[in-house]
Amino acid sequence: MIAIVDYATGNIRSVINALGRIGAKDVVLTSDPALIASAERVILPGVGDASESMAALKASGLDECVKSLKQPVLGICVGMQLMCRHSEEGNVDCMGIFDCDVRRFVPQPGLKIPHMGWNSIADLRTPLFDGISEGAFVYYVHSFRPDLCDDTICRTEHGGEFSGALAHGNFYGTQFHPEKSGSIGEIILRNFIEKAL
Amino acid sequence: MVAKRIIPCLDVKGGRTVKGINFVGLRDVGDPVELGRRYSDEGADELVFLDISATQEERGTFASLVSRIAENISIPFTVGGGISSIDDAARLLDAGADKVSVNSAAIRNPELIDSIASRYGSQFIVIAIDARQVDGRWLATTHGGTRPSDKELFSWAKEAQDRGAGELLFTSMDHDGTRAGYPLETYARLADELSIPVIASGGAGNIGHIAEVLTIGRADAALAASIFHSGEIPIPELKKELLKCKIPVRI
Repeated sequence: MIAIVDYATGNIRSVINALGRIGAKDVVLTSDPALIASAERVILPGVGDASESMAALKASGLDECVKSLKQPVLGICVGMQLMCRHSEEGNVDCMGIFDCDVRRFVPQPGLKIPHMGWNSIADLRTPLFDGISEGAFVYYVHSFRPDLCDDTICRTEHGGEFSGALAHGNFYGTQFHPEKSGSIGEIILRNFIEKAL
Repeated sequence: MVAKRIIPCLDVKGGRTVKGINFVGLRDVGDPVELGRRYSDEGADELVFLDISATQEERGTFASLVSRIAENISIPFTVGGGISSIDDAARLLDAGADKVSVNSAAIRNPELIDSIASRYGSQFIVIAIDARQVDGRWLATTHGGTRPSDKELFSWAKEAQDRGAGELLFTSMDHDGTRAGYPLETYARLADELSIPVIASGGAGNIGHIAEVLTIGRADAALAASIFHSGEIPIPELKKELLKCKIPVRI
């Protein structure tokens, strides 16, 4: 069973749709900690404001649940940011699973913010990227981004480099949206579901 | 570096694609989902579906179409046409749209931009402006270019950005359909004055025109309909040529 953590944030339909397209069976949207703990894979989605999302996660006690998970967990976009130490968006302390902070892109001439569109990923690590070539393009939409750190498993350049994805133990996170990244995104989701992580 | 985007635009009426679409080897070209998937497989970076329905009944069909598109297509897509309230936008978001584009309704009621952006985020709202030059000034028009307004292009685009629009889709009604190229200086000025991405639309007749607007015009994306639908410029070939011109595209 794949559990998608439901903490009343943004639109999770695109994640469910993408799992449907790759043929994933038994996908459950739930806020029940026991059910989440029993899943083979857990996805923490997220769209919107990091501090509000963190508050919603805490209010339902799901932050402790997520931190205690032993199976592979994938945070997407804001879901991944909540797994970092701290976010500048609303100046909020997050779960501290990944050893880095999330900061706003620093405005500079010619730099578009939000970072929106297809950008390439480099220095790919972990089986999450099995079958994907260096320089592949994935889809990003965000104004805040995680720093580079020891948990970085791919890098992307936009006014400097940041972590396009992170991993620490059984925890994974992508700043980009695999569910909107065409065939590359589908490979990443399939890897998350099928590979030994 | 963010890739320049190539965006086919599909006009939809009553759940079917309209306008001549002439893909080789594709017999039924009326289904927007099939067409969207085809474009997505060919390397389109994003899709735009414009609802040109005239009746409420047809509009209802469009919302259910949006959910089918969302289920079947793995790249971002924008829907537009007739969105005049936050409820319209909410319905399309619930159906699975990644972005909505607003045009005439935002000119009538600019606060619509603020309310959509503050509820759903700037990434969800694209401001579309159709403008033509009158005595040397670019003035926005409404209702598919048929009615003039008093909004001047550059100040209106800036205002829309400040109100929370996340992207600008600018069509020159003087160039649309001419196949003679884009107003490059106008696009370059928009790129200079705005911090949000600019999508160029209307006027492309060949690959060179698209290359120009992405370089000299500094646009972030090029949207087109007929040159793609006619099969005249296949997207893989277009991207290969753009790459040869050292324009970063996703292959």
